[in-house]
Amino acid sequence: MSNRLRSLALGIIGASAVAVPAFAVDLDITCRCVIGGVNSGTAEWIENSVIPAFEAANPDINVNLNQFGGEDAQLTQQLALDFSTGAGPDVTAFDGFLIPSFVEGGLLKPLDEVAGPEVDDWSGWAALSDGSRALMQYQGKYYGIPLGTDVRMIHTRKDILEEAGIDADTWQPTSWEDILDAARAIKKIKPDSFPIQLNAGVAMGEATTMQGYWLALLGTGESVTDENGKYIVSSQGILDTLNLYKTIYVDEQLGDQRAQLLADGRNRSFANFRDGVTALLFEGDYFYRSVTPEGSEFAVADRDNVMGWVKVPAEKPGSGIRGQDFVTISGGTGFVLNPATDTPKEAWALLSFMNEVEMQNAFQAIQPRITARTDVEIPNSPFLTEASQALLPLTTARPNDENYNAVSAEIQRMTEAVVSGELSPEEAMAQYKASVIGIVGEENTVSLL
Amino acid sequence: MTTEPVSDQPRRKLRNFALLSNRAGAAFLTPAGLLVSVFVIVPFFWIIFVSFTNRTLLGKTALNPEFVGLANYLTLFDPSNFFQRGQFGFSLILTTQFVLASALLGQALLGLLLAWLIQTVPPWVKRITETFVIAAWILPEVVIGFAWFAFLDRDQGTLNALLTGVGLPKGDFLLEQPFWVIVVFNTWRGAAFSMMLFGSAFSSIPPSYFQAADVAGASSWQKFKDIGLPLIRGHIVTDLILITMWTFNTFTPFLLTNGGPSYRTELVSIYNYRVAFHDFQFGKGAAVGVIMMLINLAFALVYLGIGRKKKG
Repeated sequence: MSNRLRSLALGIIGASAVAVPAFAVDLDITCRCVIGGVNSGTAEWIENSVIPAFEAANPDINVNLNQFGGEDAQLTQQLALDFSTGAGPDVTAFDGFLIPSFVEGGLLKPLDEVAGPEVDDWSGWAALSDGSRALMQYQGKYYGIPLGTDVRMIHTRKDILEEAGIDADTWQPTSWEDILDAARAIKKIKPDSFPIQLNAGVAMGEATTMQGYWLALLGTGESVTDENGKYIVSSQGILDTLNLYKTIYVDEQLGDQRAQLLADGRNRSFANFRDGVTALLFEGDYFYRSVTPEGSEFAVADRDNVMGWVKVPAEKPGSGIRGQDFVTISGGTGFVLNPATDTPKEAWALLSFMNEVEMQNAFQAIQPRITARTDVEIPNSPFLTEASQALLPLTTARPNDENYNAVSAEIQRMTEAVVSGELSPEEAMAQYKASVIGIVGEENTVSLL
Repeated sequence: MTTEPVSDQPRRKLRNFALLSNRAGAAFLTPAGLLVSVFVIVPFFWIIFVSFTNRTLLGKTALNPEFVGLANYLTLFDPSNFFQRGQFGFSLILTTQFVLASALLGQALLGLLLAWLIQTVPPWVKRITETFVIAAWILPEVVIGFAWFAFLDRDQGTLNALLTGVGLPKGDFLLEQPFWVIVVFNTWRGAAFSMMLFGSAFSSIPPSYFQAADVAGASSWQKFKDIGLPLIRGHIVTDLILITMWTFNTFTPFLLTNGGPSYRTELVSIYNYRVAFHDFQFGKGAAVGVIMMLINLAFALVYLGIGRKKKG
């Protein structure tokens, strides 16, 4: 190397060493949240509350929020591929049901393994409610800190129910037939409407399984797995559920088939509810707190007077899981650490900081929700209070199993085959059976027919 | 190299034209050779290897994949569900139909027609036509995909706005005719290549042939059928094989339909993507990849065979 080149190289090294202080750390945090878009509240909370406060307390750390605007399944896809190559954000929002499959795939590590023993010393663990602890746990170890849980119900458009001659304030369906009858009454006065939205199809991903299939299946007294954790691949409950889909989307067109089949269907279903095309929409409390508030894309005008909710009835009174009259199911989200983060201590500092009481209170002020911490203030939100009191005692959880995610994809395919009219419920169930046996092995399945 | 006896003359010529010694040539080839082996040959054999395992990205088989022999291939060709939507056989048949309709009928025929027609029009019409057709070919795929998606949307799409403007009923194209949408799309997208290839082939025909035909009173169709076509037969074969390969491997329709609704536009490339990077079944995805490579290899061999025959 010539002297000139050498001096140039040394000069560059020197200049860059001066320009970048050696101790500055950059942290990336990702969530499916966009200010003014999907999950706007979460993005506002991180951008306007968490980051300024955290950076003030840790002047050497720069935090950058990646606002992911795609679908849930696309974020899962990106995180799985990123984590498998040692890339990706240091901290990311994460749906608890994915933890088993990620852990078994070596894509997530327990928090104390990533960030060291100070994880166990965190004061926040003691403040978590018993139920929420399990949300981000697998085989007794924490992989993230849960933010909160949720419950599912039928959101109603009271104005449309009234138009159809139903007293919306007292209406509480007690069987599937009640729901269908209400939908038929609405369809009669509004032939172009699609009164029911019960998620189906592949495009909606886990939202199909969680907000659609489970809510119907639990009403038949069954679950996706039996009491021994074996997957039920053939049963009357599955058939009844698929026939309900068929009635809604194929036989009587009480639901918007297009919204189940097109790639952006979930947003279309939200738009249907906003525009009064749909009057009965199966969703979580998420729909109330995050999708329809004033100022969001799917804001329902005059929401306080127009929107209501009812419990999801079992197929017939008493036919639900554990003999219940009404059913619901809960999931949980939180934030996890990337096992390949270059700066595990700082990443943990951010993760735990977000979940301190002050930060959680700030979040509650933006968007009240059912929190994991018991010491967080609950703002006055009648919807949330009533819903959690009525539904948390009835709730169910998904199997904490590494194969659930793959089986769930088969459930989505099964519903799509029925909703599109391609297969009969019997044929779709036979296909589901073959696929699930291929995933978990015949010994881990059970046929009840 | 050929084994036939070759006269000394060309061989000496070759040696004279060599710019580098064998050793220097090898030294210059090494970096490229290394790159090709690292990025092409090693992954090639890796894919074949993975296709015999049950490797996934998530779950236990991510860290401890097992050797499963031909199981992945047997699943793909399982006769009990081979023809079902969303299965490999369905994709394969769909892709064949797609290639026949959009590449052989659509692109080649449209390209041939355009190439023939613009031989006789005024130069400015020819230039404008060429510009538009080539623009469809060179624009970035994502831009094109989005433009078509917006064009065809039922509620806000340009096409439906035009249709209602002239009093026709709206169509729900992406949902009800997804296959024909991607056929028209791919025809539109790829006709430029055939047009350019045939256009240059036509202009290489001596004009005197056509002048003589004019004197004899031949119609345009007769000139096309009896002079144009026979003289560009070789180009047609080349074109058909190339566009068949490209269309077989194309992924762009994914941008319009996501492979749906209900797998109705799931070409093998999209099927492969779904299995490997959406369902994360790397083993099965690799098996699909191997089959696709074999099919491409067959096309390539036919292509090379024809090229060699033409030279001989």
